Amino acid sequence: MKSLRRYIDKIKPHFEKGGRFEKLESTFEAFESFLFVSNKVTSKGTHIRDANDMKRTMIVVVIALIPTIIFGMWNVGLQHFRATGQEGTMLELFWLGFIKVFPIIVVSYVVGLGIEFAFAQYRGHEVNEGFLVSGILIPLVLPVDVPLWMVAVATAFAVVIGKEVFGGTGMNILNPALTARAFLFFAYPSYMSGNAVWTHGMMNGEGIIDSYSGATPLAEAAAGNISNLPSVAEMFFGTISGSIGETSTLAILIGAAILIITGIGSARIMISTVIGGLVIGLLLNIFAVNPFMEIPFWQHLLLGGFAFGAVFMATDPVSASQTPKGKIIYGFLIGFLAILIRVINPAYPEGVMLAILLMNVFAPLIDHYVIEGNIKKRLKRAKVKA
Amino acid sequence: MSAEKEPLFSSKNIKLLTEPLNDSNPITVQVLGICSALAVTVKVKPAFVMALSVMVVMAVSNVAISLLRKTVPPRIRIIVQLVVIAAMVILVDQVLKAFLYDISKQLSVFVGLIITNCIIMGRLEAFALSNKPWQSFLDGIGNAAGYGIILIIVAFFRELLGSGTVWGFQVIPKGVYDFGYENNGLMILPPMALIVVGAIIWIQRAKNKKLVESN
Repeated sequence: MKSLRRYIDKIKPHFEKGGRFEKLESTFEAFESFLFVSNKVTSKGTHIRDANDMKRTMIVVVIALIPTIIFGMWNVGLQHFRATGQEGTMLELFWLGFIKVFPIIVVSYVVGLGIEFAFAQYRGHEVNEGFLVSGILIPLVLPVDVPLWMVAVATAFAVVIGKEVFGGTGMNILNPALTARAFLFFAYPSYMSGNAVWTHGMMNGEGIIDSYSGATPLAEAAAGNISNLPSVAEMFFGTISGSIGETSTLAILIGAAILIITGIGSARIMISTVIGGLVIGLLLNIFAVNPFMEIPFWQHLLLGGFAFGAVFMATDPVSASQTPKGKIIYGFLIGFLAILIRVINPAYPEGVMLAILLMNVFAPLIDHYVIEGNIKKRLKRAKVKA
Repeated sequence: MSAEKEPLFSSKNIKLLTEPLNDSNPITVQVLGICSALAVTVKVKPAFVMALSVMVVMAVSNVAISLLRKTVPPRIRIIVQLVVIAAMVILVDQVLKAFLYDISKQLSVFVGLIITNCIIMGRLEAFALSNKPWQSFLDGIGNAAGYGIILIIVAFFRELLGSGTVWGFQVIPKGVYDFGYENNGLMILPPMALIVVGAIIWIQRAKNKKLVESN
């Protein structure tokens, strides 16, 4: 560790103003602060002194995602072996998932960080760390057999149009990872929806046994085949087909616990999202006219990407509401709309992505009215006293 | 009235023609006529025909209003402008139906909607009502060209990436598709036109510092 510090100190002058590589200053800075706590201090405005800077915040989110990543890789293997009717050891399953998922992660990081570095260099500011999380979220919300070049295009789109045009990390209106997913969903629907895309090897159909449909539980439910739904335990542990990281509610709950304990993810948003989902689920149960509307309201939380969206996507600190009251409204509407789109609109079997993106757009408006309301309340109080 | 006669293509007149192409482009700078830019830019051919139609309507109605500018009472000028534009649009629509039926079908209601294109009304109000016919004519051609250029650029990218063709011809070779390439379905949807227009504005502002507001 010491020798690394010494090495960085030795090469540092080259990157400072007047040095040989001054053009690459922000790239150097990014690597230096990635390895060591920065000694820079904020000089303007009110601020709290804390060693926990943005890089370390982002690292905590990545750590919280590790259970879903590992489980997702294993589940990719499991679904493939089920589809081909083979048996495999746990390690074999995991290894197959690893060699399928790892390239997607690499592509997402290389493309996304490449663009981030290029923009930082060009604009002469520090490299923003936001992509550390987005880069891992993007693979987790994709089906396993998505072609790698599509991942690259979607990542580039999300970083440039979703983030950099607004001024980079901290300025984006939309969640970049979901922007990438939405882009793929509308641009290449044949790779993003249907029954065949969720299981590795099913797109070309080799060696797939007939009894395996590959349909996600959500697709089964939307088609009205409630009897085909997997058991609640299976849906909770996540041995079902779906996007890479979204299937296991258990792994996501572990991540949620890490986020809440470290104070990085907003428990307020997560809980209100869940409540929103439960309320609309209950309403649909009451007025049920088809089998999809009849599935027990709490099972909606286990299906599809609801848990993943509520824990990792809705809580994105940049695109979510900032005010405490706003967070509750924001979360509630996400949960409410997600299930509403999922059940009522047959064109979109999963509404979580669309609900979160929509509420991202409305988050500043919600905040505005919460703040206005607060100002009015305090003005009234002041008048009464006077 | 004026003592000396201005040459037909004086530098001032040329400016009327060239300024709308960049510095005061109706779409990217004044942000007018966006609706049709979203609707007709899926393919290059309809976009080109649309641009041409707008050019005809705009040039002729600019000249007509400019000729009438001293006789029209200010109170009813909007109605007069509308009548002139509507007459021209109907004319263009009929010509398209007669000679370019397929494209007329594709453009459908959007030819009729040229009447409500803000660029045309805007130029009539802002320019033709207070300028001579020749200048108004140039102004009409210039603004329609500025509109058309953006339309065609947007359509070019949307058709190339969305359908793999340009002007109806297959441009992306079949070998690329065999390699796993897919047409981008999002490009065909209207939101992408907005994003492409946004990207054009971005590039234009990066190149043309005059357009960047100081704040």
